[in-house]
Amino acid sequence: MNTRRSNWLFHAYMVIFLAYLLLPLIVMGGAAFNDSKFPSVYPWVGWTDRWFLDLWNDGRMWVSFRNTIAVAIAVVAMAVPIGTAAAILINSLGGVARSALYGLMIAPVLTPGAVIGISTLLFWNKFSVPAGLHLSALGQTSYIAAFVMLLVLARLQSFDRALEEAALDLGASHAQVLRRILLPHLYPAIVAGAAIAFFQSVENFNTTLFTRGTYDTLTVYVFSRVRSGITPTINALALILVTLTIVGALWYEIARRRQQARLAALEAQARRDERAEEMTVSLAPGSVTAG
Amino acid sequence: MNDLVRRYGAGLAGTFIVLTAFWLLVLVILPYLYLFENSFRPYLPVVDIGGPKDVYSLNNYLTFFESSIHLRVFTLTIVYSSVVTVLCFAIAYPLAYYLSKVASSAVVPTLFLLLLIPLWVSEILRSFAWFIILALKGPLNFGLLGLGIIDQPVRWMSGFRSIIIGLVYTYVLFMLFPVYNAVQSLDTNQIEAAEDLGSPWWRTHWRVILPHAKPGIASGAVTVFMLSAGSILVPTLLASTTSRWFTEIIQQWMFESQDWNTGSAYAFLLMLACTIFVTVVMRLFRVRLSDIAK
Amino acid sequence: MSAGVELANVCADFGKFRAVDHVNVTVKAGEFFSFLGPSGCGKTTILRMVSGFIDPSEGEILIGGQSVRGVRPNKRPTALIFQNLALFPLMPVWENISFGLEVRGVDKKARRAKAEELLKLVDLPGAADKAISQLSGGQKQRVAIARALAVEPKVMLLDEPLSALDLKLRQHMRAELRAIQKRTNVTFIYITHDQGEALAMSDRVGVMSQGKLQQVATPQEIYNHPANGFVASFVGENNVFPGQIESMNGATAVFRTGAGAFRASLGPGVTRTTAAKLYVRPEQTRLVDTPPAGTNSIPVEVADVAFEGNFINIQVRNGDGRPLVIEARNDGSTRVPPPGSKLNMVFDAEHAVILADETRSAA
Repeated sequence: MNTRRSNWLFHAYMVIFLAYLLLPLIVMGGAAFNDSKFPSVYPWVGWTDRWFLDLWNDGRMWVSFRNTIAVAIAVVAMAVPIGTAAAILINSLGGVARSALYGLMIAPVLTPGAVIGISTLLFWNKFSVPAGLHLSALGQTSYIAAFVMLLVLARLQSFDRALEEAALDLGASHAQVLRRILLPHLYPAIVAGAAIAFFQSVENFNTTLFTRGTYDTLTVYVFSRVRSGITPTINALALILVTLTIVGALWYEIARRRQQARLAALEAQARRDERAEEMTVSLAPGSVTAG
Repeated sequence: MNDLVRRYGAGLAGTFIVLTAFWLLVLVILPYLYLFENSFRPYLPVVDIGGPKDVYSLNNYLTFFESSIHLRVFTLTIVYSSVVTVLCFAIAYPLAYYLSKVASSAVVPTLFLLLLIPLWVSEILRSFAWFIILALKGPLNFGLLGLGIIDQPVRWMSGFRSIIIGLVYTYVLFMLFPVYNAVQSLDTNQIEAAEDLGSPWWRTHWRVILPHAKPGIASGAVTVFMLSAGSILVPTLLASTTSRWFTEIIQQWMFESQDWNTGSAYAFLLMLACTIFVTVVMRLFRVRLSDIAK
Repeated sequence: MSAGVELANVCADFGKFRAVDHVNVTVKAGEFFSFLGPSGCGKTTILRMVSGFIDPSEGEILIGGQSVRGVRPNKRPTALIFQNLALFPLMPVWENISFGLEVRGVDKKARRAKAEELLKLVDLPGAADKAISQLSGGQKQRVAIARALAVEPKVMLLDEPLSALDLKLRQHMRAELRAIQKRTNVTFIYITHDQGEALAMSDRVGVMSQGKLQQVATPQEIYNHPANGFVASFVGENNVFPGQIESMNGATAVFRTGAGAFRASLGPGVTRTTAAKLYVRPEQTRLVDTPPAGTNSIPVEVADVAFEGNFINIQVRNGDGRPLVIEARNDGSTRVPPPGSKLNMVFDAEHAVILADETRSAA
């Protein structure tokens, strides 16, 4: 199977696939600089930055941007505590209760965003709560909390319960155990959860569309602009967002790799120390350390 | 429950329970129940709600079943979503295999980084990118014309073609990652053992790798189908004159007609379709819900 | 300041399974007490009950004369050393050690000072700012002990702390632990399945099997005068002969086995009808050409001889092919018979004990 020829085929396929994934984004970004009313890269009329200027001056875009951020922050503020609490709760359960709760928590992820949006809209309408950004936040949280829950739950698996007991045994209160022992361990998952929650919220469309009322978010704004009459200002926006994404992803990855290298070095040192200690002990058997 | 209180104390345990209950009850269960209930009630002006005209009936659902157009759109949505799912699998599987077994482990993290970039980019922007590319005067036609593969620009945005292309592009990664995870967990020794016993490559895949990857495939299939059938952006942006997606009809009821009751019924039908799909896939692949979580 | 621990008729049930069965024992203040037994015998459960993580289903636990029923682990004057040590990985050494003080509101300077002091006590000066991942196995052990000592517990509970270490380190740490206990005079309750460990370190040992205490005594007593067959076979080596009591005469009896009838001493609580076996320790037997009159003897053939440094281990077989062991000191006075020699294994009545099989509770 792993003949050199078929390996070559695989490599080629990978490259083609990457091109397939990334070229459209490049095209889209490229159109932001083309001086043509309709976004395109061919025919290429000329370099321009007027679309970026138009974008900067687009008041409605800024309002949408602000709304998007506001909703995202609200979603993070809700989804992270909820997801963390749910993960801790479900981790202490077993058997039927655990599977049942788990199924309930995953269900929103498997539900079409439109359904989430409509059900949220109808439910709160019953309490005379009108449509708006607050409903968008609530609707988005219903499934984003599940992502946070999954991340935290995975991290909980690597948690040594004996640490909690050791802390209790030493006299800590439950709140102290949570704050000093459990949460620090969960910290990477919580941060990752917050990041995921934020970006999932920013890019959400389906649920937001039905719950937003008269407010715009970035995704809705782009959607309505594309339908009504587009100019490459959208491309300009897209390029900025894509660039931010790439920069963010690269930065995260570099930071992660550096951390890993540091950890590996520490552990290697510990192993060396361990071997040194074994040698010392075996050279002096039965010696008692004087008090 | 006892264990929870023991472990965290009554105060914290109570907080966890309250937060989780808020989530599951207020944000998930009750709204769905309300959606379901609402789908059986007629669309009435505010004054009539709760009054004598407000009776339960199947009218909203009947509206669907009696409309040949809506039925057709629904069926096509399901069918094409399934097509998208299969296509995504066909594209993603070789890649998943490549990433987990063929590519050198030094290269894989970088590849993943590159693969993840489109995911971070918003769905709307991804659909929009294809909107530009598939335009009649767009770069795809330009490229193909230039290469001599076609001699006339192809009208990509006709029928459901563009929607399928757009959906596959947008959601293929959701198939790639679970399948990759599943294939990754297969001990390479098993593949080598099969080869050693004389199995040709396609049989090794069919009998050894694919069965092991079942949970991943099920997970990917369910996700892609659900996202496709429920997608609003792609079918709208890449629509042609002859294509219509079920979600568009839902939108019509909710916004143009302001008939939230019929809208709920249609939304519920969509959810039903997804649930049935999930169940069928789970049975077919013999996997449990817990295997499907990302 | 240390306190004694009393377990009064303590039972622990997990569903239908009774892990601890009516255990009664009093550990004296300042004592080094070990619970010894195979895995699953209930010793871990006892430790968790004393530390407060499990509630007894029946009976009472008293620490320093006070019942601790309903007292949560963080309020008990006990400190637990976990089997996997449970050091907090995200805190440096000194924060680990002073954690117990931190939760009591002691300020940072005082905590740091106390941590340094304890590090000197456990012979790890200068390790205060190291990360846990930088420590070796033995060093982690000592940090765990320092952490427990920091809260000045009245009772230290140790859950097989040395089982993860390799042999040389284990022996070294045994002596260290004993020294620390003597120095601080805290009550140590130690659980292990390693009989050598228990005998070497403890003032008293409680042998357990299947949730029941078999015997509580000093190490010498446990070894020389085991209370029943379980204790005898768990601690040290034995030659075991199944059989029946033929006749009884005060403290001695005649015991008929497949290898012959022997005169032996009666173990505690053994009656005519008790199911029992005969136990003879290898070091209490000798190999001779002709057995002196009146002693117990078995004709045997030498199968294998093994030098074990200061002991010589002689494997023999009797007429039925049953394997027996003789252990002789390597002091030059013993002759080493070649394999195949036909000799007699002899032992005295006072060193042959008839012990009851049945597990029973001891006071």
